[in-house]
Amino acid sequence: MQLLLTEDQELLAKTAADFVAKQSPVSRFRELRDSDDPLGFSRSLWKQMAELGWVGIPFPEEFGGAGLGLSELAVILEALGRNLAPEPFISTVLLAGQALLLGGSDAQKKRWIEPVAAGDAFLALAYQEVRGRYDLHRIRTRAERNGDGWRITGEKRHVIDGGAADALIVAARTTGDVSDADGITLLLVEAGAKGLTLERQRRVDSRGAALVKLEAVEVGADAVVGVEGQGGALLEDAIDRATVGLCAEMLGAMSACFERTLEYLKQREQFGVPIGSFQALKHRSAEMYIEIELSRSTMMAAARAVDAGTDDARKLISLAKARCSDALILISNEGVQMHGGIGMTDEHDIGFYMKRARVAATTFGDAAWHRDRWARLSGY
Amino acid sequence: MADLDNFRAEVGEWLDANAPQSLRGVQVTAERGGTWGGRRATFEPPDMKPWLQMCIEKGWTAPSWPSEYGGGGLSSEAAKLLAGEMRKRRLPPPLTGFGLSMIGPTLLRYGTEEQKQQHIRKIVRGEIRWCQGYSEPDAGSDLASIQTRAVRDGDDFILNGQKVWTSYGDLSDWIFALVRTDPKVKKQEGITFILIDMETPGVSVRPIKLISGKSPFCETYFDDVRVPVKNVIAEINGGWTVAKALLRDERSMIADVFGSVADTGKQRKPGSMLANLARQYLGGADGTMLSDPVLRDEIARCELDDKAFALTVQRTRDAAKAGHQSGPESSIFKVYATELNKRRSELMVDIAGPEGLGWEGTGFDKDELARTRGWLRARGNSIEGGTSEVQLNIIAKHVLGLPD
Repeated sequence: MQLLLTEDQELLAKTAADFVAKQSPVSRFRELRDSDDPLGFSRSLWKQMAELGWVGIPFPEEFGGAGLGLSELAVILEALGRNLAPEPFISTVLLAGQALLLGGSDAQKKRWIEPVAAGDAFLALAYQEVRGRYDLHRIRTRAERNGDGWRITGEKRHVIDGGAADALIVAARTTGDVSDADGITLLLVEAGAKGLTLERQRRVDSRGAALVKLEAVEVGADAVVGVEGQGGALLEDAIDRATVGLCAEMLGAMSACFERTLEYLKQREQFGVPIGSFQALKHRSAEMYIEIELSRSTMMAAARAVDAGTDDARKLISLAKARCSDALILISNEGVQMHGGIGMTDEHDIGFYMKRARVAATTFGDAAWHRDRWARLSGY
Repeated sequence: MADLDNFRAEVGEWLDANAPQSLRGVQVTAERGGTWGGRRATFEPPDMKPWLQMCIEKGWTAPSWPSEYGGGGLSSEAAKLLAGEMRKRRLPPPLTGFGLSMIGPTLLRYGTEEQKQQHIRKIVRGEIRWCQGYSEPDAGSDLASIQTRAVRDGDDFILNGQKVWTSYGDLSDWIFALVRTDPKVKKQEGITFILIDMETPGVSVRPIKLISGKSPFCETYFDDVRVPVKNVIAEINGGWTVAKALLRDERSMIADVFGSVADTGKQRKPGSMLANLARQYLGGADGTMLSDPVLRDEIARCELDDKAFALTVQRTRDAAKAGHQSGPESSIFKVYATELNKRRSELMVDIAGPEGLGWEGTGFDKDELARTRGWLRARGNSIEGGTSEVQLNIIAKHVLGLPD
């Protein structure tokens, strides 16, 4: 495993950096927030990204994808993360897209992955419930037999980009009790299904999230993604892949947040000198730089381990998420602190990074949760 | 590529046929094991002696140095292969010391042909052990303010002054030192880098006892010591440039030492070293959760940091292999590796609870006593070779471009 960008990946990184700088400065994110855009991102920009081939990166060529891996997608997500671009890679391409790719039937893949890769369809994964924290098995939503098919009742929260989704993959319990690992089934529910309602959840980072209610929603036998009753493992695999993508986004965000802070330290003067000349700030800056370098190594290793299918992939993903979460929280907190009063104003962009940091660090398990998973996987 | 594969196969065969079996698994630390060479060389275990001799003949004590001075003349790829084959067989390096890691590379870069002829072969053969005369009582982090005076007298300099923190000064044969040759100019511009035979009249050495009870460091005194001008490396008053280059080598060596701890940590024993240790004190079957959740989290945190650091070292090496320019990473590595080593050492003492409190004698096993002494020794890691604070200053200035 080489922790190095290939020439193709370097090229992709450059294209993505140029595109994001031009098409998606942070001011675009601010406009989306200020206009209270219900979608939270731009469909036309998404279509352009699909035409550039980015949306299809981790899907096989037979479904219109590029047949590449997370190592390539990470390059794109890092570029988007720098400017807080909210396009729905995590929800559509990774969470739901990978669940379908890893567990879906040929018919499901054909029906959904092709339009997703083309930038024409959106998907979301509805798995979290109220006060479940990070336990993937804490599922109360039930799916009961209904002839050949299923009838689903329950409530899902924090469904990332749920409002934009043409179909949701819902994690429901078909047997067993709350928190049992077995008995979880993933079911595809199309938007507009009878009994399905979505409400927007407004979270601190102003990105798309939905509260999803399912009241006796009926789906056919062909709605099952993967194996009935064994959806827990598929859920974890899909979330693991999305976690790598999120780490790449977080890496971009921490790098940009740090660069902005560093620029401010060089330019802002107090006591007649740039505040960046003060050792109290220098040492903290140097420590942040080290954290970014270490985060980058862990993210790259996790992406490459998933692409190569190595045994230690899951541990490396927890390593990356734990470190990227801690690093992004540190760097965005320090970003606000080092900007002083102006960092507390809504007018300044630095606060956006701190808000996004809190959401990203908490999504798919925070640092402490991933350290716990690392310990469990290591046998202690 | 085929050449390298052949080389690897040849090396493997040769090592299997010749390297003493008794050396497999011998750990060389700064304070014991292996051999550091020199006039008073010791060999631990005794088979280190023939091992050194056979490696000298192959040029493998300094595999990538030019063969005209006794090195192996290997390309860096071949030298890495050789090191890898030795590591695979858990063989210790045939020779350790500051000759190989510090003054040798400096001489190859800055020395005159005469100086190289005089010293390199002796370094490669382990005949001379070197120590470093940098710090002084009033020049620690502010190294450029050294005061040891060198006054010109014909073809000699006369040295007067004191060095401190001379690692293994009491066991060394020669010292490379920074001395002040011009006190009137800016402090960095009046420093000269010079080599001194420790047997010269007027040189005396006194060991310093540390909080760990050991004495790896000395004070070195110069009292009217006469040193030939031809022992100056590079220009007179041009020593600061040489000193900085050597410091970078030293820091990357320190980082390498701890980096390789991180690299090989998992290979020594299956599973987690820290968790296995905790199991001895907390009990519980293998594979079950450790009963102290806070200690467990601290162990996980330490392991994550270890792994993140090892991956960063790997990423830098991968980039260097691909020909990317390397930056001042040695500063990042030195500060991170040493701070991490301090935390790890402290955690190992914490894990033992009251059994971590032993100084010597009954009631404590050998490993417990070694871990406690190791913790005390590790406190110095973030001071020697440039304090963590100095490393952070270097990163802030040279990497981040923050103003003075």
